Amino acid sequence: MKKREIIRLLNITKQYKTDVVTTHVLNGISFRVNKNDFIAIIGPSGSGKSTLMNIIGLLDSTTSGKYFLNGIDTSKFGEDELAELRNKTIGFVFQSFNLLPRATTLENVILPSIYAGVSRTQRLKKATEILKTLGLGDRLNNRPNQLSGGQQQRVAIARALMNDPELILADEPTGNLDTKSGQDVMKILKNLNRQGKTIILITHEAEIAKHAKIIVRITDGKILKN
Amino acid sequence: MEVTELITLALKSLTANKLRSFLTTLGIIIGVFAIILLVSLGTGLQAYIANQIQGLGSNLIFVIPGRIGGARTPGGVVANKLSVQDAQNIELKLRDIANVAPVIQKNSSLKYKNRENKGTSVLGTTANYTKTVQNAVIEKGTYFTSSQEISGTKVAVVGQTVLKNLFEDEDPIGKRLFIGNNIYTVIGSLKKRGAIFGFDQDNTVIIPISSARRQFGLNQVNAIYVSVENENLIPFASEQIKKTLLKKLTEDDFTIQTASSSLEIVTNVTNILSLALGGIAAISLLVGGIGVANIMLVSVTERTREIGLRKALGARRNDILKQFLLEAVFLSVSGGIIGIVLGIGASLILARFFVSVVTPWSIFLAFGFSVAVGVIFGMAPAIRASRLSPIEALRYE
Repeated sequence: MKKREIIRLLNITKQYKTDVVTTHVLNGISFRVNKNDFIAIIGPSGSGKSTLMNIIGLLDSTTSGKYFLNGIDTSKFGEDELAELRNKTIGFVFQSFNLLPRATTLENVILPSIYAGVSRTQRLKKATEILKTLGLGDRLNNRPNQLSGGQQQRVAIARALMNDPELILADEPTGNLDTKSGQDVMKILKNLNRQGKTIILITHEAEIAKHAKIIVRITDGKILKN
Repeated sequence: MEVTELITLALKSLTANKLRSFLTTLGIIIGVFAIILLVSLGTGLQAYIANQIQGLGSNLIFVIPGRIGGARTPGGVVANKLSVQDAQNIELKLRDIANVAPVIQKNSSLKYKNRENKGTSVLGTTANYTKTVQNAVIEKGTYFTSSQEISGTKVAVVGQTVLKNLFEDEDPIGKRLFIGNNIYTVIGSLKKRGAIFGFDQDNTVIIPISSARRQFGLNQVNAIYVSVENENLIPFASEQIKKTLLKKLTEDDFTIQTASSSLEIVTNVTNILSLALGGIAAISLLVGGIGVANIMLVSVTERTREIGLRKALGARRNDILKQFLLEAVFLSVSGGIIGIVLGIGASLILARFFVSVVTPWSIFLAFGFSVAVGVIFGMAPAIRASRLSPIEALRYE
């Protein structure tokens, strides 16, 4: 069975300009991601992997090159359309969790569905279900500061799953966790991949990258080995 | 994003910083409170004065010396040329349709036994006075007759304040009191007339005009009251008075006014007063609005990461804009409502001691103002929040 292509990057570059210097962060990145891939992008700090992640996540713009998401050229979209696209097709898992400190577990998880216009009863039902499968059924009304790091990252994963996105983008998801919790998070990601999600993982640890099916190495804004 | 979601979100973030929200709201509370209270005072004052003027009677014309509102009037004191003879001429002319009462007014001290009443307004007038001025009504005893008036008998009709201060519980009728150095016999008392602008209309004593002329050595009058049979005759009577007076005097020597014309002047003045007071109060509301803008800017900066996260998760510009705008409007509207409640309360309390009338339009105005303040001053911070780039906001430390 031929796999459907989700992402195609064509010669992506990214430069940051200040008055004095121009920093070249990405220098012509091209690669494709197919449905149900599990890709780890690995590179040292400063390699441009986080910028690449932000571009794939539609959070940042490119300086040149083309980015096709599900076959559509994303450079044509305006800010609000990009927001909608992020909302429906991408689930984010950040290194620092990025949970709202004053909101409960449930309130954090339902955030993406609020912007998707899902009704209140439906989104609460769904969030509860997801949290139960991730072993947080008894933490629904806790605040982030009442949870361990591992639990917080699982809340963040639950949030990423809320709108059933095809693609999960995980940026150093284990970076702030102890080894045990990190392993748990990787297990969840692998599980999700088995259930059909496409996963792109950013990391600087070879140990973590090993969990992925494909490893992409990036240094100085270029892909080394595919 | 649903409205209920937006509302709960706004309430949550405002209650998360209770003290800060309250202090910000306080600026709006004070502004709205001041608007309601000051407008109530202005309106109360206006209603009170209007009531006093109408108390004189709608069919009343009064002629006063000098020219009011004329460009030709120099700033200084103008000699009073309005005399008792002028009043008599008017009376001759209008005898069939009007009562005419000239008034000489002087302040003097009154004495009875060892008691003294200072600053009493002594009115020297004719027997027609009670027929001419509506709110001069005899309570006890009698008013003087025209023969008593002409012969210059030393009789007096006293007001309520004089009655209370000099005679206390005694029956004043037939008692003799000193007005300045002359002795007068009290023949009657007047019903209570109330105070206007803090001027006690009951601290008064009425004596025959001839007695007043002799006692004070005056021929000029302070006012000539003319009451016509009905309101419709006012224009005609005014014209006749003017013609009569112009035979001897110039236009600069007198002013003819009616209850309605002076009411108009007073209304104009109090309207300007209300506007000025309301305007000053509106400035404090404006300052309150700046406070709202300030705290919203702080809030946007503090929550930059939250904004970035919400945008990453799919919030559109409008979602963020609405979220912060609603917070600002909540701040100012809750301040507005508290201010309205306090303002109405204070106006009602004040109404017990002084004049104060709560007007619905001032409440609507104050409420509308506070909503507008929230929208206007919340707009800039909300726009700033909505325009944050998600990636920069997420990176913000």
